[in-house]
Amino acid sequence: MLSAQSLALIDKEVAKYPGEQKQSAVMSALRIAQAQLGCLSKDCIEYVANYLAMPAIAVYEVATFYNMYDLAPVGRNKVTLCTNLPCQLQGADKIAEHMRAKLGIGFGETTEDGRYTLKEGECMGACGHGPLCLHNNHKMHDHLTLESVDKLLDDMK
Amino acid sequence: MSLNAPDTQVCLWTLQHPEPASLATYTANGGYEALKKILAEKTPAEDIIAQVKTSALRGRGGAGFPTGLKWSFMPRSFPGDKYVVCNSDEGEPGTFKDRDILRFNPHQLIEGMIIAGYTLGAVAGYNYIHGEIFEQYQSWEGALEEARAAGFLGKNILGSGWNFDLHAHQGYGAYICGEETALLESIEGKKGQPRFKPPFPASYGLYGKPTTINNTETLASIPWIMRHGGQAFLELGKPNNGGSKIFSVSGHVNKPGNYEIPLGTPFADLLEMAGGVRTGHTLKAVIPGGSSAPVLTADAMMACTMDYDAISKAGSMLGSGAVIVMDDSVCMVKALERLSYFYFEESCGQCTPCREGTGWMYRIVQRIEHGKGRPEDLDELLRIGKNIGGNTICALGEAAVGPVASFVKHFRKEFEYHIEHKRCMVGC
Repeated sequence: MLSAQSLALIDKEVAKYPGEQKQSAVMSALRIAQAQLGCLSKDCIEYVANYLAMPAIAVYEVATFYNMYDLAPVGRNKVTLCTNLPCQLQGADKIAEHMRAKLGIGFGETTEDGRYTLKEGECMGACGHGPLCLHNNHKMHDHLTLESVDKLLDDMK
Repeated sequence: MSLNAPDTQVCLWTLQHPEPASLATYTANGGYEALKKILAEKTPAEDIIAQVKTSALRGRGGAGFPTGLKWSFMPRSFPGDKYVVCNSDEGEPGTFKDRDILRFNPHQLIEGMIIAGYTLGAVAGYNYIHGEIFEQYQSWEGALEEARAAGFLGKNILGSGWNFDLHAHQGYGAYICGEETALLESIEGKKGQPRFKPPFPASYGLYGKPTTINNTETLASIPWIMRHGGQAFLELGKPNNGGSKIFSVSGHVNKPGNYEIPLGTPFADLLEMAGGVRTGHTLKAVIPGGSSAPVLTADAMMACTMDYDAISKAGSMLGSGAVIVMDDSVCMVKALERLSYFYFEESCGQCTPCREGTGWMYRIVQRIEHGKGRPEDLDELLRIGKNIGGNTICALGEAAVGPVASFVKHFRKEFEYHIEHKRCMVGC
């Protein structure tokens, strides 16, 4: 299910922890699996559980507890906008309104062509640079303006 | 600026250099000198802890607990594995200083963690990095590789015969993991739900082994303290409030950003550094220490200096040093609605008073904001808050109450206006 490349990345994570503590790599393993597969299916969770010698339910608990994991399919481009207070004060509400209008979807929704998913996020720890968003969990875009958001979204294939 | 000459910039001095994050910049300016000296002279752990105690360094993550005292709790001679953990899970709204340490001075954090590991007898250290800053997770791992290649990490560090290694652990979206025992659970590959204390991590921490957990800025301050002595660090700030501190200023200022200044600096000076209140507006309120810290009015804030004791005396807390500035355009009900949603969303669900109470508080604030408030709502909010405080395993419940109680206390008229007139008095 997971590519040799993904497994190599997971092995690198496992090596960080004491030999009998492979479970410590579960968060990274799920992140790596999600990056390859797009979302975490039940099969994928079971695969990771087997790989790390964990009960599947324990992996499922982790996958459902942390909010950057997706258990259902999302668009090719998941855009998570922080709307917490500091970003709100710096204009995140207007950015949110603009994104929703431009894409024709609300938070938690995916465009019909599967190109975009819009999510409302919590504090990303970069408030001084807000408003800001994450692209597919791993790339942060800051100092968002209506113009920069247009370009950002248009450039996402 | 450098680590060689004492300067008020303890952590962010590298920003004065063209390549702030590079190993070359760090070592050319006194970096890793403290570690080399300690290993060459085999400095006793008690001497290092004594310096940290003298420095009056207090935990920079929010609690402000004296670092030297925390280190002294560690059973250093206990046989078996021990760990040092760095808390870079920076998700308290308003706080963005640890990310800049990871971005601009990763090696000072690494050196601080190695010195902590040496002092506390640890076999390894983990740095738990906030899920949303994946780029810093990758860059910090790159810095670890550099440190390993230079002989600062791994086996027989600098020929001392001592082995120690560091690793990064990536979070993935859970504010609660900033709570130290939730963070340990998370490193162990579980849901991040806080543990009962006692036992404290110093006796039962990561994998059940003695563990010391410190914030990023705290650990990054250690090399400076060992270079210049605890007394010099103390004198940067004021008694009981040693050192400089990074203040993350966000919201309605002209120049949001991080400002590293001596503890005890007047708030008015910090505000000026941040470009002052947004042009054309006046100051209304400030949350001085991250979203969990009670809000203060403009007048109270303008009379404060930025240190643990002064902010505490004014009725709030310095917390993580995250200063959220709000001008006269802000509707306090709307601002509180967003903060209350945050705590509701991030409650881990383990303790009933917090799991249910944060939802009740959010829904009440939400209905007040949307013109459906009832006259009894404000007392109800305060009553719920009282039933959360002290009845939960960790501090998230109380952190959720802090904003609610203080917003209602200082801006009660605004809430009453909302309830009575079904709309906002600032026209927002």
